[in-house]
Amino acid sequence: MSTINARIEQELKSIARELLDSKEIEAFIGYKKGSMPMTMTPFVARSIEDVEKLCWNSFCVLNLANYLPQVLRSFEPPRRPNEPPPEGPLPKVGIVVTGCWSRNIVVQIQENQIERDRIVIIGISSRGMIDKKKVYKMLNGHEVTSVEEKDNQLIVKGPDLYEEINRWDVVRDNCKTCVHPDPSIYDVLIGDLKGERQIRNRFSQVEEIEIKTPEERWNWFISEISSCIRCYACRNACPLCYCPTCFVDDSRPQWVGKSKDQVDTALFHILRAYHCAGRCTDCGSCESVCPMGIKMRILTKKLQKDVLELYNFEPGLSLDTPLPLSTYKLDDPQDFILTDIKMGDKK
Amino acid sequence: MTKVQEKDWEPKIIAFLCNWCSYAGADLAGVSRYQYPPSIRIIRVPCSGRVSPNMILDALKNGADGVLVSGCHPGDCHYISGNLYARRRFSLLKRFLEFIGIESDRVNFTWISASEGEQFAKVVSEITERVKRLGPASRLVKEF
Repeated sequence: MSTINARIEQELKSIARELLDSKEIEAFIGYKKGSMPMTMTPFVARSIEDVEKLCWNSFCVLNLANYLPQVLRSFEPPRRPNEPPPEGPLPKVGIVVTGCWSRNIVVQIQENQIERDRIVIIGISSRGMIDKKKVYKMLNGHEVTSVEEKDNQLIVKGPDLYEEINRWDVVRDNCKTCVHPDPSIYDVLIGDLKGERQIRNRFSQVEEIEIKTPEERWNWFISEISSCIRCYACRNACPLCYCPTCFVDDSRPQWVGKSKDQVDTALFHILRAYHCAGRCTDCGSCESVCPMGIKMRILTKKLQKDVLELYNFEPGLSLDTPLPLSTYKLDDPQDFILTDIKMGDKK
Repeated sequence: MTKVQEKDWEPKIIAFLCNWCSYAGADLAGVSRYQYPPSIRIIRVPCSGRVSPNMILDALKNGADGVLVSGCHPGDCHYISGNLYARRRFSLLKRFLEFIGIESDRVNFTWISASEGEQFAKVVSEITERVKRLGPASRLVKEF
C-alpha cells in the first residue's frame, strides 16, 4: 500500500512533467534525495528526465522559496542593476510549496522580489516535517543507514539497529505549533486542504522565557547562542534574506564584528531575528540547518507573537495586507514611549 | 573594561534626536537654562525614522549605558510619517531586547517637540536616574 507522501510524489512528478513538457515552465524547484538518510537536497529540474529525480517526503525541511528569486533571475537576460527588464513575457518557474513556504512567496511578492505571473505554484497541505536531530537524539548515537517512512511511523535501520518511531514525536517544533498548514496561494493543489489547525497555545515556548527575570533571560540567550560558529547557515537558508550586502558583511560601519566574540554573536542573532520581524512565517529552516542545534527560532517566534499582539498581523496570508513594518496606523500602541505619566510627574 | 563602582559614576547615554523637533527641544532647554545631567551625548538625525536598530545596538556595543531615541510627536513629523514607521519598529525592538535580557530602562523612546525644552530636561533627568539605578551596562558591551 502506498503512503500519503508516495501518492503526493507521484502526482507531483506528473504535474511537473506536464508543465515542463508543455513548455509552460522552464524549470521546476523541488527536492531530490540527499546523500545521507533523512536528508533531502533542493533540486531544480530543467528537463523531463530530471523530473524522475523529484522526491517528496517528510524530510523536506529547507524552504524552497529561498531559491525562487535566484532561479527566476537565472532565466532573465543579463542586465545592469538599473536597466529595466526586457519587454515581453519572461520564462516561468514552477515550485512546490507547503503552508509556510507559500506564505514566504506572498512576502517575496509583496516585497517585489518575484512576480506572481512568473511562478506556477503547486500547493501541498503540510503534515509537518521531521526534525532529524530529534531522531538522532532518540537513537543514542547509533548509526543510521536507512529510514523508511510510513504514514504514522518511521522505520529506522542501521548496522545494529531496527527501531520504529512514532512520526509525530519527531516532527519539528514549528510544525507542531503551526496554525496554517495549507498553502495561502497556489495554482495547482495536491491532496486536500486541511483548514486551520487548532493549537492551544502556539507561543508556549516563548512564554516560558518571557516569565523569567531579565537576568535569567540574558543567561538563557547567551547560553543558547554560545555554541554558534557563525557559519550563517541560518541566514542563507532563510527566504527573507536577499539583501545584496548583508549587515554582517558591512564593513563601514561594521555593525557586527567577524569574531566569535560573545557580543558579536549576540548582535548577529538579535539583528538576524529582528530583520525577520513581521515577515517570518516560522518555516523553521534556520533551526533545521543549524549545525550546532541552536534554537534560534524562538527569537523570531517572539517577534511573530509581538506582531500579532500589537498589529494583529500574520505574514503571508494575503497579498493585499501590507507588511506591518512598511505601514502604520495613527493609533498604534505606544505604551513603551516615555510620557509624563510614566515619569511620575503629576502636573 | 574596568568596572566602575564609585558613587560618582555618571552614565553615558547616547541620544538620537530628530532634527526638526527633539534637537530643537534640546536647544530650547539650553537656551532656557533648564538644568539636566550632563550624561547625554546627542547625535542629530534627520528623523526618528532614520534611526536603525543597528545604530542603537552599535551604541550599546561601544559602551553606552543607555540609549534615547526621540522624535516629533505623532502627527507632527516633518516627513509626515517617519516617526510613525519608527514607532512600530522601536515597539518591536524594545520588546525584543527585553526578551533577550536587556534591561527595559536601557533603551528609551520618547516624543519631544521643539517647544518642550522643559520636557527635554525632565526626560534626560529621568532616564539618567533610571540608568544610574541599573548601573554600568555590561551585557552587549564589546571589549576591544
